[in-house]
Amino acid sequence: MSLSADMKAGLQAPICLTWELTYACNLQCVHCLSSSGRRDPHELTTSEAEAVIDEIQRMKVFYVNIGGGEPTIRPDFWHLVDYCVDHNVGVKFSTNGSRIDAAAARELALSDYVDIQISIDGSDAATNDHVRGEGSFATALRAMDHLADADFGEFKISVVMTRHNIGQLDRFAALADRYGAQLRLTRFRPSGRGADSWHELHPSDPQQRRLYQWLLDRPDVLTGDSFFHLSALGDPLPGLNLCGAGRVVCLIDPVGDVYACPFVLHDDFRAGNVRDTGGFENVWRHSELFAEMREPQSAGACGSCGQFDACQGGCMAAKFFTGIPLDGPDPECVLGHGEELVSAAATAAKPPAGADHSRSAPVKFLGRR
Amino acid sequence: MAFDIDRAYRLHDRVALRPEPFGALAYHYGNRRLNFVRAHDLVTVIESLAQHDTVRSAFASAGIDARRWPAFEKALASLAASDFLVVA
Repeated sequence: MSLSADMKAGLQAPICLTWELTYACNLQCVHCLSSSGRRDPHELTTSEAEAVIDEIQRMKVFYVNIGGGEPTIRPDFWHLVDYCVDHNVGVKFSTNGSRIDAAAARELALSDYVDIQISIDGSDAATNDHVRGEGSFATALRAMDHLADADFGEFKISVVMTRHNIGQLDRFAALADRYGAQLRLTRFRPSGRGADSWHELHPSDPQQRRLYQWLLDRPDVLTGDSFFHLSALGDPLPGLNLCGAGRVVCLIDPVGDVYACPFVLHDDFRAGNVRDTGGFENVWRHSELFAEMREPQSAGACGSCGQFDACQGGCMAAKFFTGIPLDGPDPECVLGHGEELVSAAATAAKPPAGADHSRSAPVKFLGRR
Repeated sequence: MAFDIDRAYRLHDRVALRPEPFGALAYHYGNRRLNFVRAHDLVTVIESLAQHDTVRSAFASAGIDARRWPAFEKALASLAASDFLVVA
């Protein structure tokens, strides 16, 4: 069997487990996957969160990607990070940088098991703050300065690729070099509040092609396997090049719900809850949803396309939230098979939406551009 | 340094193995890399390396058919190259 077939049949535990610790956030990014803003009153308590860590240690989930919301807002955030490290679970956490002051940076620099990822979505304040809110660029850079001053080492700078920032690829690379950081680029998905901003912000077709070439030239840039739909353009990008949802990847949300991937916080993709009998392990290994996702999938409308083996039909979440059938093409199919379906879906029924934790609705752009 | 099946190797202290249907998943807490070990008897060999003076002896003791040694050697060499195996 190929490695890809092994992965699709499912694993004893996820390789990439994302855990969103809270829906609370001091920012209101227009593309937030989890529509974060306000804390949910039913979020896992400290002892429930510790029990999850005990369990993922037993399952040998080697590391966890912590996010939110803004995870550092949780009063027990640093305690939970220490608890992970003490239990041999490595931590990589995503932050907007607002709580990474000089003292936190010094503390972080002491641990070999903690990796940090600072999010920006533009190489300058104007581009970034348009998506992430006023002052957020300065905040992120201040956090990077603190990490550099504390000799943290190689942290990550994480950027969601949009129509406004693909032209800044070289500038992101230069910024990462300046800090001795690693650049990580991920795909804009129409999930959460991203559903409302997708039409304005998702990359154009020529931009996607440019990004593909740029990534081929820089195999050291991390992508979290985000852009496998671009592999239909020619040589595959580095990585597994498949949708890992429910097979290699899953997400635990702040209230303990387990979803197939970080981009589908919707009831249709909820496999269970860590508070259920049998905990996370039972959900991962025995939930009906995940069992179904690990069955061989039909290529559907893409079956007759010569590039199906390369792109595998693209991203499930991107299809779902743009109203395209799951066995249809990716909305950003580089061969153009998705475009028509997106416009047809947009004029028909409204595509599905997930739960909204925004502080005030609707979230507005800072200004059109 | 080239991989040498006449030497002793062992798993790096910071590497953990997780059994999987296809063999095992190996994770290195130091360099944070992940490797796929895609045969159950290869996992057996890796786990037994520390008890042998040579890789050759680990192969023989695990009953690995000599025709498969070159493929196993290649897999172990790649694990050594990414620091998952170290010279004992």
